[in-house]
Amino acid sequence: MLSKRLIVCLDVREGKLAKSIKFVDTKDIGDPVAKARQYYEDGADELVFYDINASRANRDITLKFVEAVAAQIFIPFSVGGGIRSVEDATKLRLAGAEKVNVNSAAVKRKELISEISGAIGAQSTVLSMDVKKTTKTEEIPSGYEIVINDGTVNTGMDAIEWAKTGEKLGAGELVVNSIDADGTKDGYELTLTRMIADSVGIPVIASGGAGKPEHLYEAFAIGHADAALVASIVHYGEYTCRQLKDYLHSRGIKVRTKF
Amino acid sequence: MLAIIDYGAGNIGSVQRACTETGIKSVITPNPADLKKAERIIFPGVGAAPTAMENLIRTGLGEAIKEAFVAGVPILGICLGAQVVLDSSEEGDTPCLGIIPGKTVLFKLQDKSLKIPHIGWNNVKVTQPHPLLEGIGKEDEFYFVHSYYPRPAKKGNIFAITDYGGDFCCAIGAKNYFAVQFHPEKSGRLGLEMLQRFATWDGEIPAKSENRGK
Repeated sequence: MLSKRLIVCLDVREGKLAKSIKFVDTKDIGDPVAKARQYYEDGADELVFYDINASRANRDITLKFVEAVAAQIFIPFSVGGGIRSVEDATKLRLAGAEKVNVNSAAVKRKELISEISGAIGAQSTVLSMDVKKTTKTEEIPSGYEIVINDGTVNTGMDAIEWAKTGEKLGAGELVVNSIDADGTKDGYELTLTRMIADSVGIPVIASGGAGKPEHLYEAFAIGHADAALVASIVHYGEYTCRQLKDYLHSRGIKVRTKF
Repeated sequence: MLAIIDYGAGNIGSVQRACTETGIKSVITPNPADLKKAERIIFPGVGAAPTAMENLIRTGLGEAIKEAFVAGVPILGICLGAQVVLDSSEEGDTPCLGIIPGKTVLFKLQDKSLKIPHIGWNNVKVTQPHPLLEGIGKEDEFYFVHSYYPRPAKKGNIFAITDYGGDFCCAIGAKNYFAVQFHPEKSGRLGLEMLQRFATWDGEIPAKSENRGK
């Protein structure tokens, strides 16, 4: 039986590690390569790096960084931020990233998903979606709206519909990031996670809001997620990956415990 | 020297980096002549069987792998390297190398909640002892990414199984050829340890195997 995955998210800014709270006020918290190695040894199942101010100018810094990470960790990892073309995705793959995450650029031009999926495979194409709760309207029947550009721009798109579209276009996995829950440490947006997990046939990664081990349990047991993404809960030493996994294991969630 | 075969199928860099991490020197090569000189060979690959076979035939690497097998060179197949070694693959009805009798088949899952491809960490249950599987216990998990899996014709060629809506074969072997469906280069410490065992494997399967013939 497949294990549920614990994914550690590292926000990177110019090669340094940062952690955002509600997507603003980012601060540096260390060397991401060393941190990545630490999480790898501590039993993270996967890592994801978001290049939070990726631009054409610092693309080379990102590629060098990805190469440095690939030489240090021997589990899958993905990279997101500023990916706008098949070329961007292919370069990251060659540098050693197992998967690439697309977000805003795919909202602006959805063919990007099928293009990347066609070039590097659905298993390597992750659609990351930032979601905000809103009032239910005809346009947004689920009451969850897709937002872009780090949560600053509303799109008028329904999150559930976008998830289904992403799957159809060839995304192999979805990251469902709740902007409302992000950085609050009050737990994942379980209703949203479950609605999406139950409407698609590809793995769903719950993101935003993890503050204690119980939240991860809820993401799997109630949110029907296949993986849970954590950041500050491990970055500041409150919990180790091993502690989180031991807890999940004790609650009957199948996780990888030998590493 | 350990040669990692480059035939344009997937990210072989990660295989080399994993070798480097465990202190194994390796060269990546697209050249069949290099395989003749190699002391051992890793045959990796992700992607589709038809393209892989086309490349292997066109470059002469397919023949070189068969020759190396006959010459007794230890070979480790990974993912596609565990699939195209059989007679054929259901993926595009592709004739394959035919080193081990059998066929590569697509998952046919009854449980509709299970997803294809099979992606993630899963347990590996050893069904027949093999030097490369030494020490692997029932709690040990490895990283998988695939939709097809090898189905050898003979039980004697099956060395480990994994449960995903039913058991499927995840490790096959014959003499000096051994291959796994999962990715040791992405499976953390346990995967690196397998690569290390391969680096010192003499290509023999000790006859004391208890399960043999059952």
